[in-house]
Amino acid sequence: MPNPSKYWREIPQRYRLEAGKCTKCGFIAFPPRLVCPQCGNRKFEKTKLADSGTILTFTIIRVPPHQFEDQAPYAVGIAELDDGVRLTAQIVDCDSGVLKIGMRVRIEFRKIYEEGAAGVIYYGYKFVPA
Amino acid sequence: MAGIVGYGAYIPRNRIKVEEIAKVWGADAPGYKKGLMLEEKSVPSPDQDTITMAVEASKNALKRAGIDPKAIGAVYVGSESHPYAVKPSGTVLAEAINATPEVHTADLEFACKAGTEGMFIALSLVQVGAVEYGLAVGADTSQGAPGDALEYSAAAGAAAFIFGKDKVVAEALQTYSFTTDTPDFWRREYQYYPQHGGRFTGDPAYFKHITGAAEGILAKAGMKPADFDYVIFHQPNGKFPFRVGEMLGFTKKQIEPGWLVSKLGNTYSASSPLGLTATLDISKPGDMILIVSYGSGAGSDAFIFRVTERIDEVKALAPKTRDLLDKNKVYIDYGVYAKYRRKIRKAE
Ligand SMILES: [Zn+2]
Repeated sequence: MPNPSKYWREIPQRYRLEAGKCTKCGFIAFPPRLVCPQCGNRKFEKTKLADSGTILTFTIIRVPPHQFEDQAPYAVGIAELDDGVRLTAQIVDCDSGVLKIGMRVRIEFRKIYEEGAAGVIYYGYKFVPA
Repeated sequence: MAGIVGYGAYIPRNRIKVEEIAKVWGADAPGYKKGLMLEEKSVPSPDQDTITMAVEASKNALKRAGIDPKAIGAVYVGSESHPYAVKPSGTVLAEAINATPEVHTADLEFACKAGTEGMFIALSLVQVGAVEYGLAVGADTSQGAPGDALEYSAAAGAAAFIFGKDKVVAEALQTYSFTTDTPDFWRREYQYYPQHGGRFTGDPAYFKHITGAAEGILAKAGMKPADFDYVIFHQPNGKFPFRVGEMLGFTKKQIEPGWLVSKLGNTYSASSPLGLTATLDISKPGDMILIVSYGSGAGSDAFIFRVTERIDEVKALAPKTRDLLDKNKVYIDYGVYAKYRRKIRKAE
């Protein structure tokens, strides 16, 4: 899990889904990169990922890492967002049996993890049914 | 004229029924249902808190406002359940909606009226021209002590309003506040659950302050109850808003569109603000709306809004409050509720 300084550096991505868009070929890098993997260009402009998409694949986590024990079983999936970017996140507010490939989801702001009762609360994005 | 430019709501999807709580404590469910007109209440998921709901409600308000978030000069979050004792909720919200860094932010606390306090301040800053747009959110994930009367009503939700001078959907015609020192409900530092003064919470508290604020704003505006299409009063239970409405001369018809409490519970700082979002959802240009909050301790803020032509353009741009309340809900039992609300003592 992140420590506060890593979490803080990633706030633009975790809170606002900020990505880099290659000025030459339009490739969207999330998280942002220095060099475009498609065309080698080094210039990116700031963009924001689409806030909805379609589930490509998912898995149900039944034996989670210690910090996520209370949430098990829970779903983690990859969605293709409406701008073509593929994003991995937890899928919540979704009854078992409803969750399936091709399902429409949108992004919601949720608590990801808390460092116990006294530590930092980490916020970020999760998928919910659209 | 300054007013509401965009508004948004958020309600978590979990619900628990009054019967389910009453069953555990051997209490009288029909008493709560008939006596207090409470049927069920919203419950936040373990990954939801005042901040996450404030962010979602604000994103909905931004969709309706259609403004650049960087133009928001003030962000206020009113709540009695800020996740941190020290560290603002407003900084997370301002960052999440991309309003940082040129923004004034504060967390407010005043029992159930912290949301309208934020509205009062944001609106005032817009009116004097100190900021172009101001965002105010009322959000809470309130808790009643297990078995206490408050456990049947303490619920979760958020309502957000962006104030500005252009693209206004509801002009703010008048404001008025009514405040006294009244110890009807409180929670001391490090205490997990609030305490309340039992019957004392009625007449000298809720009714005195709401009638005081409502009569004050009507006199200031030179208006009477019949001049309004809708009125929203704070909703600690189902009965109080109708009773205070009757005392003031408002009809059930004026109250009902913004009366959400029987299926929602008391969302504290979000209670009357969510009633306002539900009312705006069904309003027409020219409609006159009065909202009067109540916060223990005690005080009421009152606002008079006149709906503009732009309302019809923005309604469909974000989820409607009644849809958040009635659709996609899931019922949980007391065991799951106790786990979600961390009422179960686990090993460290
Ligand atoms: Zn490229």
